[in-house]
Amino acid sequence: MRLDKTELALIGLAVVLLLGGLFAAPGWLIFLLTVALAKALVVQGVVMQMKAGLVSFGQGLFYCVGGYAVGMGGQFLGISAGLVLLAIGVVAAVVLAMILGLLMTRYREIYFAMLSLAFSMILYGVLVKSQELGSTDGFNVNSWTLLGQTISGGEQATHAVFVLTVIAAAAVAFFLNRYYRSSVGMTCEAIRENEVRVEYLGLSPRWINYANYVAAAAVSALGGGLTALATGHVDPDMAYWTTSGEFVFIALLGGTGSVFAPFLAAIVFSLVRTYAIEFLPNAWQMILGFTLLGIVVFLPKGLWSLFTRARVDAPVSAAPSSTSNTRTGGARA
Amino acid sequence: MLSFFAVLIDGTIYASWLFLVAAGLTVIYGVMRILNMAHGSFYAIGAYTAASAIGWYFADGSGSAGMSFLILIGAALVAGLVVGLAVERGLLQFMYGRDEILMVIITYALLLILEDGMKLVFGVNPYFAYQPYTALGRSTIAGLKVSNYDLVLIGIAITVGVALWAWLERTNLGKILRAVIHDREVARAMGVNVRRMFTLTFLIGTTLGALAGALTAPSISVVPGIGVEVIVLAFAVVVVGGMGSIEGAAVGALLLGLSRAAAVHFAPQFELFVIYGVMSLVLAIRPQGLFGRTLARKI
Repeated sequence: MRLDKTELALIGLAVVLLLGGLFAAPGWLIFLLTVALAKALVVQGVVMQMKAGLVSFGQGLFYCVGGYAVGMGGQFLGISAGLVLLAIGVVAAVVLAMILGLLMTRYREIYFAMLSLAFSMILYGVLVKSQELGSTDGFNVNSWTLLGQTISGGEQATHAVFVLTVIAAAAVAFFLNRYYRSSVGMTCEAIRENEVRVEYLGLSPRWINYANYVAAAAVSALGGGLTALATGHVDPDMAYWTTSGEFVFIALLGGTGSVFAPFLAAIVFSLVRTYAIEFLPNAWQMILGFTLLGIVVFLPKGLWSLFTRARVDAPVSAAPSSTSNTRTGGARA
Repeated sequence: MLSFFAVLIDGTIYASWLFLVAAGLTVIYGVMRILNMAHGSFYAIGAYTAASAIGWYFADGSGSAGMSFLILIGAALVAGLVVGLAVERGLLQFMYGRDEILMVIITYALLLILEDGMKLVFGVNPYFAYQPYTALGRSTIAGLKVSNYDLVLIGIAITVGVALWAWLERTNLGKILRAVIHDREVARAMGVNVRRMFTLTFLIGTTLGALAGALTAPSISVVPGIGVEVIVLAFAVVVVGGMGSIEGAAVGALLLGLSRAAAVHFAPQFELFVIYGVMSLVLAIRPQGLFGRTLARKI
């Protein structure tokens, strides 16, 4: 297996994060990073669909399924192995996505957005009305084990979830990096550009969207499960539409340019929110709103385009000379 | 039999509320092709303005119910027109022509801004404006006690619906607006000032949203976050009826209102489930909604 530059960078970053997190960073920062990375996984699910031109305003559905699977697996099935709990969440989300996907893949644009929103609100509606699951308060996640070790609160738990999340995030990013270059991943972008022409090529946009939808659900559920382990609590708000709106926000903040973008955006988002809530508790949403407008108008490809733009734009501004033209071509290829 | 009648009454009251909430949303989408995520915020702004005005009017302990109704409606008009105009002139007019899905995101940003804007202006404590609600008293219909205020709400919903319909179908301005709905470019080629029509439509939409909020204020406590809850319900109504269709919104509101009332009476745990369940079911069978037009695919 040959590793490309992105993958090497990914492994390097993961190692740096793990070493820095375990030996240098204070507890609150580790926790913040853990939750940010876990949410970034959900955002990866949103981005996967954005690449195919679909905006999901209901990714909270799978986030919630992943989280509740971890909680309920411990509470009702007596399972304590953390990895098994996460796996249950992913499997549950995949099964659900395989059913819903049959319907979802028939819709595009705002209809897709609305229907995905409706499905996550259905789950929300069911959860608030189920007393056994703590209604609107949700319930706490039982103590769990990682490879035989019992994890029960304190610094040890923070570190355990952190390690688990970093490894999971790196693994997902690794998978996505290859997925986006696979035939299904490439076709997703083609569907966004021109769906009818993809059909002319003899491909079925519907089934490719289906595969993409199910894969995105699995990734998002993993993020939900990790969040549940990290915070030790699940509640129906995970499926409320504003949660999904937050994921769309982070996805746009980062852009679809790289597998790193959602992680970067989620960390920036978490830091900004932490401080904004502290200093301006009643105005931080307003800051988010203006930021979102700013991104849509000035940075439509997200924060990540700040890194790539320098490479692509510089030669274009010097277009008249012939050498820079070839460089432009090279940078775009 | 009694419970059947109760479902009918409750369902109709809820349906007229749903219609009032959704009418502005569907008008804006029909003409401008903007799915206004911030519609719930206009609802909330209307509710806050009305509640403040009512509180101020009844502050000295006296006041008449009739006058308080005028205040409700006046507050809604002022709130909807002022904030609507500010938003359309200050933001949306620069965004026209973008992708529909991008407009969803832009109005989502607007929602975030308005939500906190309201907290800054009105604070986070609840507002009450129960006086118009209690002043009208209750009446008994076939053994059921019903608040008269809710019956008035049904009347207002019907009036708003008929007025919108008559305006679109029976006046010159309505005809022009229908031309814009049908084909924006041809309408412009025929000399219609499409941008002015957009401004007008947006103001009508936001004022309807504010009116719905103002009329709801007396029966609830006005707190931050009411707009966020309402917007998804309005979406459901509009999607069921077919986006952009007035008669669709009316039918969608009735369908959802009656379904919810039935659920509340017979299976309360499905109260929220039923609304989105019906919405998903309608979309599965008729993706464009009950009254929506199918669009040809373009390359």
